[in-house]
Amino acid sequence: MAADPLWSIRGTLGGARYLAIAGVGFASLLGGWWLLAGSGLVDPVFLPTPTAVARRLLGWYADGSLFADIKISIGRVLGGFGLAVLMAVPLGIYIGSFRPVQAFFEPLMEFARYLPAVAFVPLVLLWVGIGEGAKITLIWIGTFFQMVLMVSDNIRQVPMAQIEAAQTLGANRGEVVSLVVFKSALPGIVDTLRVTLGWAWTYLVVAELVAANSGIGYAILRAQRFLQTDKIFVGILLIGLLGLLMDQGFRLLHRRAFPWLHLR
Amino acid sequence: MNPAPATCIRIERLGKTYRGQPTPALQAIDLAVAEGEFVALVGASGCGKSTLLRLIAGLEAPSEGQVCLDGRPVTGPGCDRAVVFQDYSLYPWLNVLENVRFCRSLRAHTRDASESEVNSAVERAYALLELMGLDEVRTRYPNQLSGGMRQRVAIARALMAQPRVLLMDEPFGALDAQTREVMHELILRLFEIERSTIVFVTHDVEEAVYLADRVVVLAPQPGRIDSIHPVALPPPGARHPDLKLAADFLHQKKIVLDRIRATSGVQRDLDKLSRLAELSRRDRRPDTKPTAGNH
Repeated sequence: MAADPLWSIRGTLGGARYLAIAGVGFASLLGGWWLLAGSGLVDPVFLPTPTAVARRLLGWYADGSLFADIKISIGRVLGGFGLAVLMAVPLGIYIGSFRPVQAFFEPLMEFARYLPAVAFVPLVLLWVGIGEGAKITLIWIGTFFQMVLMVSDNIRQVPMAQIEAAQTLGANRGEVVSLVVFKSALPGIVDTLRVTLGWAWTYLVVAELVAANSGIGYAILRAQRFLQTDKIFVGILLIGLLGLLMDQGFRLLHRRAFPWLHLR
Repeated sequence: MNPAPATCIRIERLGKTYRGQPTPALQAIDLAVAEGEFVALVGASGCGKSTLLRLIAGLEAPSEGQVCLDGRPVTGPGCDRAVVFQDYSLYPWLNVLENVRFCRSLRAHTRDASESEVNSAVERAYALLELMGLDEVRTRYPNQLSGGMRQRVAIARALMAQPRVLLMDEPFGALDAQTREVMHELILRLFEIERSTIVFVTHDVEEAVYLADRVVVLAPQPGRIDSIHPVALPPPGARHPDLKLAADFLHQKKIVLDRIRATSGVQRDLDKLSRLAELSRRDRRPDTKPTAGNH
């Protein structure tokens, strides 16, 4: 073929073929793992076989704690992330819309986002104790500051012409913000939330590794004590899978909520 | 025809200086736009024509002087002066009809609106869509439309607010020549039906002379009015694209073009170029310096 669209730069690829290639990608990861673990070259303590991992998953399910652990972990992520969203979105809108608010908060946020969230663990334990509040606070610290800055950036991306058009049609300041700026930035904000949700999962595991007696992260920690490498694998894969599912949920939401962006 | 139509916009000693810039963007602008008049602002880039339009719209505050609409000074943007921008001003999350009706969602238009007014607004939206040839695309989103269609939506949206003045900032600047031509006819038809007062910024002199009653030439550094040219053409309804080829039209266009060239430094550049061409011709003359391959 003279000009194969498949291999031209930024060429085209049908949905079915895309899925097939993505499937091959996952299959080769699994296959490579299987070969390596089954070859006997590697000690199963370092690398358990996929079957051992699957058996461990079933065992976890059978003793009834799998769904309890998943549920509590999801609950913590949604709690910390939800709190961050509730605070970051309105604040981001104000920072992105009004210069004095920006001058007050943005340098503070820029500073705060470089504070290592993980190093806050001892402080968080001191301040809010070892209850659910600690995990939620840590996830909040890990996501809030980045989220504020990204949302305010989304707001600043709104074209000035859209704002000025509304003003010359008679919109007052509140109407410009609620009917134009927010609506125009919303797809970008949803993308910001999708990205920061991934970080929320990271901080969940940190929180559960150091200060919990339930959840997937805690299960990983306990497995470490008993050298149950296969259970560590199950925990890591579970978190990856849950993150992927939530990410896909956000993509679906994006397509449903903003149909005009996905035309043609 | 009223012999002396009322003044709609009066601009007095208007000046605008941006912070950190030595020369004013605009200086001592005096201009009156009559009710129902179509005024075009042209000039070399940097002459402040868009700044002047933004000052009329109230999107910028003057450094000195003022703009008055019906005798009241302009202090900020308002629905009596709707603006049509060059691009990117439509709301991509609203379809065509919703974009056109956008101003109806604002308090300024719904406060003290009676039911009959609301009904007439609905009728007006549909009438505008039909007038602008947007009837069949009213449920489409802006990014499904061509550039020309998008600008028609922007114009319909501005007219929906029933402004006293329609301000247009290079509205066809991003369109190709054929679409532009269609838009010109549309604007003339619209101008005839709506009898709006229009201030129109463009860098296309042909467009300015073809559409406007008066063409205002601005000169740069500092931005000021160089000259004002009343256009003598048949009334809007009787104009036809072929007019752009008539001797009389070309003559009027040339007068305006000459003024822009004289004020912009383009003339100097052109003179320089012709001197350069002269020099190279002289070099090539066989009696002074014969060169191989040039015989």
